[in-house]
Parts: sequence; C-alpha cells; structure tokens
Amino acid sequence: MKTVSPISLKRYSNSSQISLKSWADQLNNYLAVAAYLHSILNFFFIFLSSWWTEVQMGPPDPILGVTEAFKRDTNPKKMNLGVGAYRDDQGKPFVLSCVRKAEAQIAAKKLDKEYLPIGGLAEFSKACSQLALGPDNEVLKSGRSITIQTISGTGSLRVGANFVSRFHNASRDVYLPKPSWGNHTPIFRDAGMQLKAYSYYDPKTCGFDFKGALHDISKIPEKSVIVLHACAHNPTGVDPRPEQWKEMAALIKKRNLLVFFDMAYQGFASGDIDRDAWAVRDFIEQGHNILLSQSFAKNMGLYGERVGGFTVVCKDVEEAKRVESQLKILIRPIYSNPPMNGARIASTILNTPELYKEWLVEVKDMADRIITMREMFVSNLKKEGSTHNWQHVTEQIGMFCFTGLKPEQVERLIKEFSIYMTKDGRISVAGVTSANVGYLAHAIHAVTK
Amino acid sequence: IMSIFGEVPQAAPVAVFKLTADFREDQNPRKVNLGVGAYRTDECQPWVLPVVRKVEKMIADDHSLNHEYLPILGLPEFRSSSSKIALGEDSPAIKDNRVGAVQCLGGTGALKIGAEFLRRWYNGTDNTKTPVYVSAPTWENHNAVFSNAGFEDIRPYKYWDAGKRGLDLEGFLGDLESAPDHSIFVLHACAHNPTGTDPTQDQWKQIADVMMRKSLFAFFDSAYQGFASGNLDKDAWAVRYFVSQGFELFCAQSFSKNFGLYNERVGNLTVVAKDQDNLNRVLSQMEKIVRITWSNPPSQGARLVAITLNTPELFAEWKDNVKTMADRVLLMRAQLKEKLKALGTPGTWEHITEQIGMFSFTGLNPKQVEYLVKEKHIYLMASGRINMCGLTTKNIDYVAESIHEAVTTVQ
Repeated sequence: MKTVSPISLKRYSNSSQISLKSWADQLNNYLAVAAYLHSILNFFFIFLSSWWTEVQMGPPDPILGVTEAFKRDTNPKKMNLGVGAYRDDQGKPFVLSCVRKAEAQIAAKKLDKEYLPIGGLAEFSKACSQLALGPDNEVLKSGRSITIQTISGTGSLRVGANFVSRFHNASRDVYLPKPSWGNHTPIFRDAGMQLKAYSYYDPKTCGFDFKGALHDISKIPEKSVIVLHACAHNPTGVDPRPEQWKEMAALIKKRNLLVFFDMAYQGFASGDIDRDAWAVRDFIEQGHNILLSQSFAKNMGLYGERVGGFTVVCKDVEEAKRVESQLKILIRPIYSNPPMNGARIASTILNTPELYKEWLVEVKDMADRIITMREMFVSNLKKEGSTHNWQHVTEQIGMFCFTGLKPEQVERLIKEFSIYMTKDGRISVAGVTSANVGYLAHAIHAVTK
Repeated sequence: IMSIFGEVPQAAPVAVFKLTADFREDQNPRKVNLGVGAYRTDECQPWVLPVVRKVEKMIADDHSLNHEYLPILGLPEFRSSSSKIALGEDSPAIKDNRVGAVQCLGGTGALKIGAEFLRRWYNGTDNTKTPVYVSAPTWENHNAVFSNAGFEDIRPYKYWDAGKRGLDLEGFLGDLESAPDHSIFVLHACAHNPTGTDPTQDQWKQIADVMMRKSLFAFFDSAYQGFASGNLDKDAWAVRYFVSQGFELFCAQSFSKNFGLYNERVGNLTVVAKDQDNLNRVLSQMEKIVRITWSNPPSQGARLVAITLNTPELFAEWKDNVKTMADRVLLMRAQLKEKLKALGTPGTWEHITEQIGMFSFTGLNPKQVEYLVKEKHIYLMASGRINMCGLTTKNIDYVAESIHEAVTTVQ
C-alpha cells in the first residue's frame, strides 16, 4: 500500500487558471485515496464476512426433537416413547451378557489394531451371511454371493444405494413401502435414485394393506428397485403373513423387480432368528437374487459400535467377485475400511457355540419383553374401560407400534401427560415397562375416549 | 438367467493393499514390506501403544459403560479434545467459540464429510464446478474422495520437484496464483504423503499470503500430527498459522497413526468459522450429511482417545509413545542415508533425512522399483515411496544393498 499525502485543494481554489495537468493530478490523488480506502474496506470485509453466510440452518431431526423435549421435562412420570433403542424393564440400556463375555474373550487375546480389509472382517461377514440365509443355504454353498461388513444398517443401505445407482442402469426408481423408515428416502435420493412408493399400511385397520400393496406392485415398471422390510416393519410394526409374502414374491418375480431387503431386527421381532429371516430366505428360494442390508444394532445391542452387513446375491461366483471388487471401490472414498470393535464382538458371538446359544436366548428375552408389554398395554386399556379395538397393538411386531393416534391426541399426550412420541403416533414399545404401562394406558384412554 | 449385474466390470484392486497381499504370499525369507503406511517396531511387528492397552482395559472394566448410539456428530469430549490437539490448548479461535468438529470414520471419513459439505454449500450451492486442487503427487484416495462427493474439476498443484528431490515452491505458488478465486486446496498439514517433503514455516507464510489474497479455501489433511517431528505443536504449526491469519478452514484429523488405532476408524473434522453462528449452521448441515452416510460414528476408538487426551497422566504417556514411534523413524532415516553413502550409491541421499514422517520418496524409477519387488522381494509403491517403518536394524543392510544394486544396474 503506497502512502498517500494529504490532498490540498487550497493550491487550486484561488486560482482561476487551473491547468489540465493539475486537474489530472487532483484526480489521480482522489483515485489513490479511493483505492487506499477501498483496500482497507476490502480487508475488513474479508475479515468480517464468512464463506458460510448462505448456509441455512438444517431442520431439526424430528426424532431427536422428541428426545430433547423429553430431557427438559421435569415430570417424574414422563415417558420417552421415541427412543429407537431397547430398554430393560427398569427402562435402562441393556448390554447383553454374551456381549460382555465376548468382550472379555477379545480383550484377553490382545489383538493388534491393524487396518481391516475394505470389505471388513472376513469371519464376521461369513457368519453374518449365514445368520441371514441359514448356514445350509445353496447360495452360500455355491459361493455365488458376496457379504461385506458395513457401518451398521445405515452404512449398508448407503453402500447398497450407491451400488445400485452406479451399476443398475436399467432403472433409477426405488419403491419404498408407505410409510417407511424416515432415513430411507434421503439415503437413496442422495445416491441419485428417484423415490416412489407402494401402499403398505392401512390406517383403517392399523394393519397390512395387502390388496393395496399387490395392486401397486403390479404397476411398478420392470427392473425397478423395491425395498422390503424383512421383519418388524419400521415404523408401523406391521408385517405380511407368510402366505402374503409368497404372493408378493411371485408378483415381484413376474414384474422382474430388483429386491432390496432391509433386515434391522432379525431375532428381535418374533424372538426366533429363522422365523424373522423367513421372507428373505423364501425370496431367494423363489429365484430372487436379492440385495440385503443387515444391522446388529438392536439384536445384539451393539448400537454405537456400528455393526452391519451388505449382501448381494449373484448369478455365480465370478459375478460375485466382480461385484465385490466394485463395492470396495465404492467404500474406499467414504471411510476406507470399517471399524473393528463391534464386528469382532459380533463375530465372536456368532462363531462361538456357547455364546451363540446364549445370544439366541437373550434376543428372545428382549423380543418376549416387548411382546409382554404389548399384551399388558392392551389389557390395561381394557381395564381403563377403552372400547376401541386395540388388536393391532398385539398383532404388530418388533420395537415399534403405530398406535393409530392422531396428531392432536399425540400433542395432548405430550403436554398433559409428558408421554413423548413422534407425531405419527408411533411408539417405541421398548420404552414401556411394567412400572409405567398402567400410566400409559390411562393416558391413552384419556385422549381417545 | 440374465443377471442385472452381467455388465459389472471387474475393478482393479487398490494398489497399496494389493502390494501387501502380494507381500503376504511371498515365501522368500528376506522379504521386506515397505508399502502400506502402518507403524512397525524394530521387530517388524504392529505396535499397540502401551497407553492404548491401558485405556482399553479401563473401558473394558467399566461396566457402567454401554453401547448406546453416539450423537450424530460424535462423542462430544472426543470432538473438543481432538480440536484442541490440532489448534492448541489456548487457541483464540476455540476461546471465541468458533471452532467445532464432527467425529468421523478415520481421516478418510473426515475428508468425505468435508468434501460433501463443500460441494453442497461452498462457493454457491451445489457448485460441482469449483476446482479442487490436490498436490502432485498426493495420497491416492484424495482424488476419489472429492470426485465421489460430486466435484467435477480436480486438478494437481505443483509440489514435488523430482529433479531436486524437494518442494517446487515456485511451481506451487504459481499454481496458487493462477487458480480461480475460491478454489479448494487440499494441504498436507505435515509429513506430506507420499513425498515426506513439507514447506518450511517461511514457505507456509508465502502460501498463506496468496491463499488469503485469492480467497482460496484451505482444507488441511492432518494424518500424522506428532508422528512427523515427535512434537504435536511443531507438527500443527501450519494449521495454527492459517487460523491465526483469519482463515475459515477445515482440518481432517486422523488418529490412525499417532494413536495406532488404525482399525477403529478414529477421525475428526475440525471446522474453524468466522463466528459461532456460522459454525452452528455449518455443523447442522454436516449432521444431515452424516445421517445419510453412517448415521452416527463408532464409539470404541473415540472413547479411547477422549479418555487419553482428557487425563493428564495418560496424555503425557501418549505423547511419550508418539515420540517413541517418531524417533525410531528418524533413526531409520539416518541409518539408511548413512549406509547408502557408505556404499557409494550414486546420487544424493540427503532427502532421506530431510524428508519427514512415515514416508520417503526415494526417487527410484518404476524399473528400479520393479527390480526391488521382483528380484529382491522388497515391496514398495511404483512411485518409489517407501514406508520407513518397514525398515528395521535387521533388514536395513539388505535394503540399502538392494537399493544400491537397483540404482547401479537398472536404468
């Protein structure tokens, strides 16, 4: 910055003979000062302005919002039915005993912390696929599938969405059940797919709209992707019956759709891992080469460890190898390779007979507690004198229950009873205990009678 | 049956992992792996830091801990202590409440979230045409991270001068000058990968000057803090200098190497903004990106680092462990140079001790590299990059002799 001498006009003001040169000098001086001031202003502007001025505040997460409000509430009877994690009958987080045992075993081995392969811990992936498909499945025996370790269910869906987007050029369309898990839509959309829906939930019965689903599916253009919740549909808790699954499988085959199963609750739904995986296995038997996302967040209580798997059932071994190579290419620029801890725990449990047996018992216990709470909820409502049909509460399955409550009723439950749930009337049955189920029934009867 | 994946081509394997796979299969007893970037002891073994074993046990014995979901942005005490490591305990920016962070899956994950955010919100909205500059050469995954985030224009900036085996400062500054304003520059905070060549403090000042003047965005990749010189503050000098000059910037931190926590995927994206309001809006948008990528990050590694950084005795022990690793690397550098000089290997070898961190760009050409791999069973990247951690007192003579052979017999 060059220094500028103060401008003096006095030299010229009294003269009537102002030369062109002196005007030019004066102009130059003005320009120099202006430039100087401009650069100072520029400096301050850069100093004060931000790259991020145009960045909007992201909308608050609706489910987190429920939890935040719950935390602020001082009512001792408050209930958080928004939580998507299992709670024991004291309302506390539950670490499975088989998990603790596995952790102790692992700690004793003093393993190193070297990078896992991009596709994750091999013994985990193998056990993961066996759990889903059954160890004697022809697909596994022939080696015509690939299963990789992923960052829990979300990471699995994301990799799957990216894979479909990049390699499934026949269609951009992904069909979700109406409604579906809230995060499905933005995941597939961000991967470049278009979101569509097929009928699923019938609000009149709080049950499965089987006719509507078949009708919509029969119209889906060939080769579109169709997402199916393998069991314990989130958020409704409404699952098709086996004979309904069979019809859907046949129709979907006829329509030549690419099936993408999301299985986040195997074992957690009915308490029986084979029963919960029945649809997945049946579809494969019917000839569908499926995509499958698995999560161990709920059924092993490994939420924060981020344990999941992604499977592609292929035509043959050679194709599975090609697909595997491409999955690695997709993963490397996202997170390079997955975290070890949770996969090691899950693998230990699945591959150690005593721990596996113990796990089956514990997952059944969790499922049973949920089922018991459903039953108690309904019987308490009857005791309160409710004349509504609450059958759907015990017919629905898994962690969540679509109560059928309307937004105004939900609002009353929050404001008058400090019972927190999402506006769609979804409750997490995991948040219900034998100590508070009576209060819950009382409150719900109060807003629905 | 026709398969929908019938047309999926076989992808080429990631080079650095293929190298390790080939090394594993090699039966030759003298084989040496100078490929993948992980620390090894003098017995050529992976090293779990003593402080890590200690804290691991603390976590395992603490039955009050559970496996619940972390918040989307990660473990709060991990995020704040990690940012302090990068910016300094007394950072004015932290005191001004304009520093935030996102816990991510390793350094890769931090780069990913930063790249996705920039593509959506930087230099306009969804501006995929903003040029992204990466050093020539750079870590081979940088390109893929940014292109997968949607950026269409990824360019090299001059960095490595093969002739003088050092930094091409003139070329670097020239590329900064000619870059379109607002371009994004990926800068290696220290211990440049793969060259091991860092700008001096004075050179960083010159780089910062141009970047400020042209409103270029500084995205630091900090994967080796502490590991480079053995001193955390020294290795963070460049990042802290940029912050002191008023830059809004991102710093992708990895704890893979300096904590030896490779497979737990511990990373942190530190965000420095002009003020708290801007920071909050940025973090809110990053939260949305995280939610559709991995929902929330893994808890084990973050807990471990947070406990260590926030407990004075453990923090001191960690710094000591880091210095142990850095010192062994420095020793191997000194010895390799000495041996090559003693052998009279043609060329200059000063760069081996002038370079810093895990890697050294030897200057060996592809043919010489091939010779080392095939004839001598010494595995290194085609670029001539070696991982100094793969050297030990037991194999250094063999490696030095082999390099000597390669240089003198292969052109």
